[in-house]
Amino acid sequence: MTIFSTDHKVIGKQYMGLALFSVLLGMVLSLVMRFHLVHPDAKVRLFGALWPDGAPGGQMTPELYLSLMTMHGTIMVFFVLSTAPQSGFGNYFLPLQIGAHDMAFPVLNMLSFWTTTASLLTLLAAFFVEGGGPLSGWTAYPPLSALGKITGPGQGLGQDLWLAAIVLFCTASLMGAINFIVTVIELRAPDMGYFDMPLTCWGWFVTALISLFAFAVLVAGGLLLLLDRTAGTSFFIPGGLIVSDQIQGRSGGSPLLYQHLFWFFGHPEVYIAILPGMGLISTVLSVFSGKKVFGYKAMAMAMLAIGVLGFAVWGHHMFTSGMSPYSSIAFSVLTLAVGVPSAVKTFNWVGTLWGGRLRFTAAMHYALGFVSLFITGGITGLVLGQPGLDIYFHDTYFVVAHFHLIMGVAAIFAIFAGLHYWFPHMYGRFLHEGMGKVHFYLTFVGVYALFVPLHFAGFAGNPRRYPDFKEYEFLQPLLPLHVGVTHAAYFLAAVQLIFLANYFWSKRRGALAPGNPWGASTREWRDD
Amino acid sequence: MAIAILIAALAGATVVLFYQPRWWLPDAISAHARAYDSQLSLTLCVVGLIFVFSQGLLAWVVFRYRDRGQAASPSGGNHKLELVWISVTAVVFVGLAVTGQGIWAAVQMGASDPRALRVEVMAKQFAWSYRYAGQDGAFGRVDIRQIDDSGGNPFGIDSRDTQGADDITAPLLRVPAGRPVELLLRSRDVIHNFFVRELRLKQDVVPGMTIPLRFTAEKTGTYEVPCSELCGLGHHQMRSALVVMTPEAFEEWLQEARRP
Repeated sequence: MTIFSTDHKVIGKQYMGLALFSVLLGMVLSLVMRFHLVHPDAKVRLFGALWPDGAPGGQMTPELYLSLMTMHGTIMVFFVLSTAPQSGFGNYFLPLQIGAHDMAFPVLNMLSFWTTTASLLTLLAAFFVEGGGPLSGWTAYPPLSALGKITGPGQGLGQDLWLAAIVLFCTASLMGAINFIVTVIELRAPDMGYFDMPLTCWGWFVTALISLFAFAVLVAGGLLLLLDRTAGTSFFIPGGLIVSDQIQGRSGGSPLLYQHLFWFFGHPEVYIAILPGMGLISTVLSVFSGKKVFGYKAMAMAMLAIGVLGFAVWGHHMFTSGMSPYSSIAFSVLTLAVGVPSAVKTFNWVGTLWGGRLRFTAAMHYALGFVSLFITGGITGLVLGQPGLDIYFHDTYFVVAHFHLIMGVAAIFAIFAGLHYWFPHMYGRFLHEGMGKVHFYLTFVGVYALFVPLHFAGFAGNPRRYPDFKEYEFLQPLLPLHVGVTHAAYFLAAVQLIFLANYFWSKRRGALAPGNPWGASTREWRDD
Repeated sequence: MAIAILIAALAGATVVLFYQPRWWLPDAISAHARAYDSQLSLTLCVVGLIFVFSQGLLAWVVFRYRDRGQAASPSGGNHKLELVWISVTAVVFVGLAVTGQGIWAAVQMGASDPRALRVEVMAKQFAWSYRYAGQDGAFGRVDIRQIDDSGGNPFGIDSRDTQGADDITAPLLRVPAGRPVELLLRSRDVIHNFFVRELRLKQDVVPGMTIPLRFTAEKTGTYEVPCSELCGLGHHQMRSALVVMTPEAFEEWLQEARRP
């Protein structure tokens, strides 16, 4: 196995490796944040050693907390959720499932992986530069992110590197998207029509289409912001600003323009994370129920509908932004409408189980967990999709709980399901079933224990992105809640060690797998 | 089998937590906030029913069709059923969206009340200031070059404009109970957010824009205002308060503040 390989299987595994590294790092960052929220005054020598400026004497500063938060979000959204389900599993299995020898453009494929790697290294470098890591959040709203050092720590080179990383990532994703689209259109086996493809392929195909349109807009937004920072332009900077008592000589830009560009990408991004998982879950549920997917065509059409409607709802991230209240009404109706294909998918998953003969393998456990979490996380969208109700919850922990469940945890459960299901293909051995199930049960309970209570902080109006809660009286009664959530986070992180042990042990010592271990009917398991 | 029980148990525990929540929204202090709460209750009831129904169905199906040696059905779908759940969810979801627009329209699209007390709000990293018109009922012109926080002029009230001479600048937002208030929100550096939980109102404060926010507070008291849009390292300390006073106490304060 060469490092600069053009083989789709190798590249798929390389993407998975990159995502595994990223998810562990992102998880560690979240633990540090959860620790700090409940022990804001603790002096931790390790922090002081890692970040001499950010945690002098081990005491974490607000700017370090905010940069950990920014990095956590960026790493998880881009390098885990946009990477593992699509670029990881997709590269490996799409050609196999449609009967192609490789992706359409193998060299482009290699290039997109290494561009993604360069993007990750650029992002990580931002942690260690003078002035500290970027702290504008993964959304990086200007003018905070546009005016440079004058707006505070982390707004210098750290923010530039963050933007460079985003632009690189977009470029890599666009290359990947084109590759996936062409592969599906051109390289399907002669006897395979679009509606003969497994739903996994539909997931990757629609995700690639979404990526093409979404990342193309984000790369524009990112470049314009970079120009505002480095070339003196004012795309997003209005006139008459005074920062740190200095009048800024800029004018004519619009902060809201950036938000429109960002969320035109940012909302479809949710579907980039979840659609490949939806396809995979359909397959796993069908295989282990011994049944065909319920309503195959409706499932494929629902993905397309989600892909199309997903581009018309970005404004629901901006109900409090000051944009026209009339457009909020349109965005609201469309947002709740996008819930319809999601509900169709859920009911069809249940329909797939109905009348089956369920085999409770580890992969099946994760798939069922996915459906449960998809319901729990998705359903709060009915609250947030109404602008009148959203304004109270906007930027509170209610939103944090909502998107972690639906976009983060559900997508990660799909990855776990996929790993258990496809590990025999990738490594010729089984992941240990018993360890897998133990890991599933503990993780499933941990996720509910962490994220369901977090909604209540949102009900109390607790704003997110606060390094501590000392300043406000109304936040004091919430401290026991935050302590509980932090303990759930420790627990959840600890039980991931079971997965890691399983992964590395099974790769070398796991039980040898026969050719088609699950009795599946898709092409990747055929001998040819 | 075990997973069916676990799904049901976790869903049950979630419902119990929501049935008697220990942390919740603070009491509403305006007619809008009460309308908000009733739309929220309606939505949460719908959400709760769907949640219990779908988690329960999932758990039951998993339990019912566990492997007992039965033959799996060859079915691959059912168009009629498909149409049923598409129509039902479409009606419920879009119905919620439509019923929810009332509170939104009332707070965002109402006309400006001529009797309203107008207060200008200025946000900056990391403080809030409020400006009231003086005896003449008019705000003086501002000039950003005259902004001077330590000199008590955070708005940059133009010393050359006589209308501004009696304007009042204050660090807290004081309003009389029962009278409509119209805030004019501005920021001079980055995006901030003005949030009063008891009014169920939250509005970004965007540099380059003047955004109106209208409310009528009914209950006297002091309500914390936390900045709710990330604005830099002091974001979590950018605290202000809304002080709702009796009309008499407010007049008294205003007279006091107008005295040079």
